[in-house]
Amino acid sequence: MKPPDSSLWAEIALTSPAERFLAGSGRLVLLRELAGAAAIEGGLERCRGKGVLLHMSGQLACALALLDLDGIAGRLILCPPGISPAQLDAIIDDTRPDMLVTDEPAAPGMAGLPVLHCGTAPRETGGRPAYHAASQWLLFTSGTTGRPKAVVHDLASLTAPLRGAAQFPRAVWSTFYDIRRYGGLTIFLRALLSGGSMVFSQAGEAVAEFLRRAGAAGVTHISGTPSHWRQALMSGAAETFRPDYVRMSGEPADQAILDMLQSAFPAARVSHAFASTEAGVAFDVQDGLAGFPASLLEQQSGGVELKIENETLRIRSARTAAQYLRDDLRLHGEDGFVDTGDVVALRDGRYHFIGRREGVINVGGMKIHPEEVEAVINRHPAVRMSVVRGRPSPITGALVVADVVIRPEWLAGPGSFETIRDEILARCRDALAAHKVPVQLRRVASLDLAASGKLLRSDA
Amino acid sequence: MIAALHKKPLAPLKDDLALAASGLDSLCIAMLVAALDDELDLDPFSGRSLTSFPVSLGDFIRLYEHEAA
Repeated sequence: MKPPDSSLWAEIALTSPAERFLAGSGRLVLLRELAGAAAIEGGLERCRGKGVLLHMSGQLACALALLDLDGIAGRLILCPPGISPAQLDAIIDDTRPDMLVTDEPAAPGMAGLPVLHCGTAPRETGGRPAYHAASQWLLFTSGTTGRPKAVVHDLASLTAPLRGAAQFPRAVWSTFYDIRRYGGLTIFLRALLSGGSMVFSQAGEAVAEFLRRAGAAGVTHISGTPSHWRQALMSGAAETFRPDYVRMSGEPADQAILDMLQSAFPAARVSHAFASTEAGVAFDVQDGLAGFPASLLEQQSGGVELKIENETLRIRSARTAAQYLRDDLRLHGEDGFVDTGDVVALRDGRYHFIGRREGVINVGGMKIHPEEVEAVINRHPAVRMSVVRGRPSPITGALVVADVVIRPEWLAGPGSFETIRDEILARCRDALAAHKVPVQLRRVASLDLAASGKLLRSDA
Repeated sequence: MIAALHKKPLAPLKDDLALAASGLDSLCIAMLVAALDDELDLDPFSGRSLTSFPVSLGDFIRLYEHEAA
């Protein structure tokens, strides 16, 4: 007996498509246009049961391809944005696709794969092909260097965290993230499953332009990393934008950014969440405070269990990806818990993220988590954002240095950068052990974010 | 300046003053080396010319004089 159609398209058909839309930069597609139409040209039947590599430049085309292919293709391989040719080769090598779907006009036949073109103008096909089976979704972890690690999901594991979530019919969702990474993809799925619409960000688009576009499209629910939001507040465009719901994930949200967002968007619910490609969405914090209450460790809300072992957060849930694609990589330990690699510390009944286990700076054998220092720096009202890193030292192995973006209005007044710098360092000396205090505080115009929206942390 | 920031009493500076007795700990010295690298573009510790670590303030200064020469 054939299994019931549980494809993404079938899910949408359950909710009313009405005037719902997906919007990229300069192009809007109504969901009702997609009934009996396909964005992929050349026949979806060719993809039946096949491993399909989605190598797209635009998120809208990628979204349409996912709607076309889920439940038809055997395996959807979501090529992350901004990867190097060597990383693409590694992905092809690890995942062995049968076909390539791309929105590039003249796509080179990568690795001799048959190419299907996908545009953003769906064409009538006379009907959707019959459901095949649940497709595997291969996502890649967001590391910016090295060989991307494929994590195996399917629509059920990707949507499990969204099933109990609040419904916002007619909401318009958006995110700074890319839907080809876990964080962005879950927002896209939530928009689709909860009866909403979605506005996609565009690679290379200025933050101010994206926010203006989101505001004009009536975006009500928007998410990004704390670093995205610091950039957004710096752009000046946030003032013309009135979302109902603002969410941060991907990096620890410090109290300064939580407070700044709440004051920029007084009517919005500001929350921060913990999610990872491997562990899924673990929890949402809505009380406006940094960190998460220790009581979460005792609860099993939504089938998610948390524990702290060797100072790092571990998560066990049905939302956890099934496995890494490669057998030699282990996703979870014997007990089923995924080690997130995120180091937490308990202060006043709350766990605070103090960094990545591998991101630590080692000053003479003493370990420093950059985020801990950044949180102190960011509390100074003149600071927009900062990044703390290690500077090699012939004496202590490394020293802590910081690059800081100062709000321009603070430099326009009587206070010079030198005064601000001395104040920041004085705060650091008050709040931190001596080896954690930056030995150098450089003023920079901006800080780079990786494709994932996280601060780029390269050592000097 | 570094000593003042770290609230360390600094011993009277003489050529034969042992660095270990100067009042500056290794973190302070690391900071001093980094600051000198920035100010003078000199880092005798990272070059190949360093054969032994300076013990006294005089050694330390001579290391920099040698590097600058």
